[in-house]
Amino acid sequence: MSIALDLFTILAVVAGAFFFLAGTVGLLRFPDPLTRLHALTKADNLGLGLVVIGLLPQVAWPLGAIKLIAVWLIALFAATTVSQLMARAARDGGSTP
Amino acid sequence: MTLALAVDIGLAVLVLAVAGWTVVIRDTFAAVIGFVVYGLLLALIWVRLAAPDVALTEAAMGSGLTGLLLLGAAARLRSAKNIPAPPGLALRWVAGVLCALVSAGLAAIVLLLPDPAPTLAPAAVAHLPVTGLGNPVTGVLLAYRAIDTLLEAVVLLPALLGVWSLAPDRYWGGAPRLRHPRPDGALTLLAQALPPFGIIVGVYLCWNGADQPGGAFQGAAVLAAMWALILMAGLADAPPVSRRWLRVLLVAGSVVFLAIGLAGIGFADAFLAYPAGYAKPLILTIELALTLSIAVALGLLIAGPPAKTLS
Repeated sequence: MSIALDLFTILAVVAGAFFFLAGTVGLLRFPDPLTRLHALTKADNLGLGLVVIGLLPQVAWPLGAIKLIAVWLIALFAATTVSQLMARAARDGGSTP
Repeated sequence: MTLALAVDIGLAVLVLAVAGWTVVIRDTFAAVIGFVVYGLLLALIWVRLAAPDVALTEAAMGSGLTGLLLLGAAARLRSAKNIPAPPGLALRWVAGVLCALVSAGLAAIVLLLPDPAPTLAPAAVAHLPVTGLGNPVTGVLLAYRAIDTLLEAVVLLPALLGVWSLAPDRYWGGAPRLRHPRPDGALTLLAQALPPFGIIVGVYLCWNGADQPGGAFQGAAVLAAMWALILMAGLADAPPVSRRWLRVLLVAGSVVFLAIGLAGIGFADAFLAYPAGYAKPLILTIELALTLSIAVALGLLIAGPPAKTLS
């Protein structure tokens, strides 16, 4: 059972790391602010989410798990707001960042 | 090479690279972002060095709060007119050489330390039960070296006076303005939903500081960030800086600290000494008052000089 959980952790964290890598490549390669934000949100939503889900079996239940999920939700919330503000600033100020 | 060592080397290389990039980059805004990233990486290094108290302070004060102040300064510089010419090549070289000398001196001191390095840590831990605290860092900050912490708390007030003194005469005593030019739905929602959690985290950090990593400065930084968020979203206005209650809140922490310290002369034979058996409640009282005062001071530092007339 513990081997299965460890395997799950490894798979989920690797998948999360992949989304962070993809998000970073997108941030560096995409042409304008809006598409770059689009790439970044994938890292935040899916990357961090998969890392958190992968770490859940490894932490103390329930407090450790609640903390991890709270970190994910608060990071999502802050990232969403910031990308809204940045997108509007980009739209108002022309497409140059 | 173990995995932990690989992570440590990676972190060290990354923090040096970001530091170098921050120094070299010409754009002010980019340099500030580099400084914030540098602070967050530094916090991770403090965690790896098993110093969570320092890591929390670095993340909250060094990176977060200082970064926010620098961002504000960068924004002001961008809209300012009559920016003086940048310093000449000779001055920049002198500054660079002096900074390099300080870095080399610090590196030499660390590298030349005898092995094992001299430490007061065992003595600090051995006497901790007398204070009733569980966190040796709080023991150092509020019992063994309380005078340093007192000065750190007091020094925020002259810093705030320095910011206030930048206000034009017509705004003197008025309220600072931190409102986002056009706060929209997303920012408003964040400013409505996040503060309840942030306030809990701030109070927890302060209360928890007695026994675990945390303390007045870290808790206050989180509280100040929540206040700044509310001000930016325009959900509330900053109070005029001439309000009496505001000034009382600002000095409350230092006054309580100083009063308990002076009482120590009579009751415990020394300035800033605590009577036996009363150390922990007195330290918690000081921490509580400090947290409030520091939070208000940090929030007003972020809010900047008064920008509205007193009406």
